[in-house]
Amino acid sequence: MIRALLAASILMGMLTGCAPAPAAGPPPAATIPPFPSILTVMTHDSFSISAAVLAEFERTHNAKVQFVKAGDAGTMLNKAILAKGNPLADVLYGVDNTYLSRALREGILESYDSPLLADVPEEMRLDPENRALPIDYGDVCLNYDKAYFAERRLAPPNSLDDLAQPEYKGLLVVEDPSTSSTGLAFLIATVGVFGDPGYLGYWEALLANDVLIVSGWETAYNTEFSGSSGRGPRPVVVSYGSSPVFEMVYAATPPSEPPTAAVVDSDTCFRQIEFAGILVGTANRPLAEAWIDFMLSPTFQQDLPLQMYVFPVHPAAQLDPIFQKYYAVPDEPVSVSPQEIDANREAWIKAWREVVLR
Amino acid sequence: MPSGSPPETARLRSVARTAALWAAPLAFLALFYALPMAQVLRLSLARGTSLGAPFVEAFASPGVRGVLGFTFLQASLSTLLTLLLGLPGAYLLARYAFRGRSALLALTSVPFVMPTLVVGAAFQALLGPRGWVNLGLMALLGLSQPPIEFLNSLGAILLAHVFYNTTIVLRLVGDFWSHLDPRIEAAARTLGASRWQVLRRVTLPLLFPAIAAASLLVFLFDFTSFGVILILGGPRLATLEVEIYNQTVGLFNLPLAAALSILQLACTLAITVAYTRLAARISRPISLRPRRLTQQPLLGLRRRLAAGLLVGVLLALLVTPLVALAARSVTRLDPVRGQTAPTARGLTTDYYRELWVNRRESVFYVPPSTAVGVSLAYAAATVVLSLALGLPAAWALAYRPASTVSRLFDPLLLLPLGTSAVTLGLGFIVALNRPPFDLRASPVLVPLAHTLVALPFVVRSLTPALRSIRPRLRQAAAVLGAGPAQVVARIDLPLVGRALLVAAAFAFSISLGEFGATALIARPEFPTIPLMIYRFLSLPGALNYGQALALSTILMIVCAAAMLGIERLRIADVGEF
Repeated sequence: MIRALLAASILMGMLTGCAPAPAAGPPPAATIPPFPSILTVMTHDSFSISAAVLAEFERTHNAKVQFVKAGDAGTMLNKAILAKGNPLADVLYGVDNTYLSRALREGILESYDSPLLADVPEEMRLDPENRALPIDYGDVCLNYDKAYFAERRLAPPNSLDDLAQPEYKGLLVVEDPSTSSTGLAFLIATVGVFGDPGYLGYWEALLANDVLIVSGWETAYNTEFSGSSGRGPRPVVVSYGSSPVFEMVYAATPPSEPPTAAVVDSDTCFRQIEFAGILVGTANRPLAEAWIDFMLSPTFQQDLPLQMYVFPVHPAAQLDPIFQKYYAVPDEPVSVSPQEIDANREAWIKAWREVVLR
Repeated sequence: MPSGSPPETARLRSVARTAALWAAPLAFLALFYALPMAQVLRLSLARGTSLGAPFVEAFASPGVRGVLGFTFLQASLSTLLTLLLGLPGAYLLARYAFRGRSALLALTSVPFVMPTLVVGAAFQALLGPRGWVNLGLMALLGLSQPPIEFLNSLGAILLAHVFYNTTIVLRLVGDFWSHLDPRIEAAARTLGASRWQVLRRVTLPLLFPAIAAASLLVFLFDFTSFGVILILGGPRLATLEVEIYNQTVGLFNLPLAAALSILQLACTLAITVAYTRLAARISRPISLRPRRLTQQPLLGLRRRLAAGLLVGVLLALLVTPLVALAARSVTRLDPVRGQTAPTARGLTTDYYRELWVNRRESVFYVPPSTAVGVSLAYAAATVVLSLALGLPAAWALAYRPASTVSRLFDPLLLLPLGTSAVTLGLGFIVALNRPPFDLRASPVLVPLAHTLVALPFVVRSLTPALRSIRPRLRQAAAVLGAGPAQVVARIDLPLVGRALLVAAAFAFSISLGEFGATALIARPEFPTIPLMIYRFLSLPGALNYGQALALSTILMIVCAAAMLGIERLRIADVGEF
């Protein structure tokens, strides 16, 4: 289905690419001020952009973009909330659907009805007031070490239920949802599949099956997972749907195929959608709007996958061929609404901790 | 000129001098510590239903009580173990001249700057279920299961704390010890005291100021431990610092986080007040001797064996994990995974060469030389700033320890060490937001934050040395016509030269290795080496992991080289005239 979307979107991409950008065209040469105006974008540690793509924006708008990396996504949002009224930046980027409601409730974002939103699929647009605009998405999925399962002639898990079965005992490493956004995504996936309070029973079964819980993705993937180059002891890890592709892109000795694979069966992955928004109190609204439009434009959208391992919301954006070759598109991610997440996030984590710490 | 009786004028003058000495360090702390903390705590508490509610919540919760208990328990045990390893090491480094002494001192200071994620990985590689130790034991004892369960245990936390903080004891105590006159001990022996009696009645009491200072710093570091607890302790073990982070970022319960921050500060204050009371009571001026007169060569088989054993233990605990990392950074791995595939497949410099490639063409790419330069620049700024602020404070503490001002401010100086990094990081955002101090996105913020951590180390390194200068020496100089500035330049500075180097080494390595605060305030185009390491660790793929290890190795080399360099600086040693 993604293929079809891609094919259809090449045409659309050409169309939108040719259309004059609505509010954001370059000002006539005579009025270009001698000094570029500065736009500040607050984002999380993982943010990256190609130098050429950024230069295009800066040239077009005679602007200098300054990035403030404010820690992980949760810390970044806290900073933005505490600086409300005297914002640290003009634009905030990187709040995902697990934190979206917190950002909206705190009233730190201004509405902006970007004309480019029209291209974005409805299911990505979670804020009807367009304070938070979807930019990209990524799926948190189980990854497994292919060689481990091949050596043992064991079928890789294809459902969350499998992980609680005896043949997968002691194989799984997951992240703590109270300290890791990957871990939180997986916890929400278990709530989506088993319901509340059913998920707690599932976690008890996981614990009985010797699941290992570590504080963050880095430890889980690099140190504990046997499929990464850290060669840890456990062959199944909670990571991203895109991780196997990057085992290819960043292989030291290029293998013929990725050493790992993502489990993409229905009801195993959780989709994280990342949003951008204009911070309340910015003195730079027109340029901030231009930046949001730019993030939604095919140029930026196409740059996303190889920079940040996430996928564009714009259907016209083309993926690098390596994705068509090695990326397995998750079937049906677990769906839990942001409202539900917002209402229960803390309670789920607390209850989870009580089960795990028992 | 106002007239007054001479003693009155002298008293006023000395009060004025104490105040002048305290002015800069206190202004610094007020602006970059007290103000941000007060602001963030006020804003956080204002979000609660009532001011007292979060405190009630904190004290009523058995969870919080458990966390508090565990925080004290692990910090006490860690400090004890660190002293157990550090004191014999300090003795060896202080009393004996042997080849490789400087190298040993430099190598043992490297752990202090290593990022916790990398250290966690190194320990897992050695002690994890597929680590060398477990595999060796399984083969040796014919076991089917790995005998050591390392991860998520108290043992892992203690081992990592010893790994990180032993250098504090080696440096602080070792330096002081190396200037202690061995003739005092010899005299006691001549008078018939046994070795044990000399140690208990003479050496340890004389060393006490240095031991107490080192223990305090180690304890505070362990007390507010964050990365080690998260990475090696697992979800079941949490310190107050971890709980504050959880409440702030995970659960967004800012009022409770603020209450816990205040609880942590109160504990820190209680500890530091107790320490300063004790230190003021027990310290006495003693004459220090230059190191070349206190050290002896390692002679005799028994002595050499004992020294060899001690060096072996130090290297095994503090250096093996580093060697494992460095070795891994030049090892080519088989691309095929699984548990039966052979992994190592020869040597490679791929990861080091890849550091110079901007494969993503990212705007945030910087070559390793830039990261090294940025790290060194921040470290140099931290050294200068923390010495400039720490020297006057140490002077005031050394010469007027009994003055009310000093008694009041001494514990305050240590407070930043007991402060939650995430709280202070948020404090910077809400407090330093107006000109002329809109520093929220300024690169200046990094050395300022590092100086907050380095300052207590600088002051603790300098105070014992300054205190040991006999007042008679300074009085004699004054009588001979030296002005106050001349006394400082001709008497004090040469006498504390070594201690200044120790202080500089601490400030340097604190800045070089700092991650928690740096990650929150550094500009992305000027990343330090630890920030770059974390960037690589947060991406999948063998090249990224390899580059993280290559950079970690570069960080080790930079640290060891700097420590060797600082050792070599020719500064007049204590007592050399």
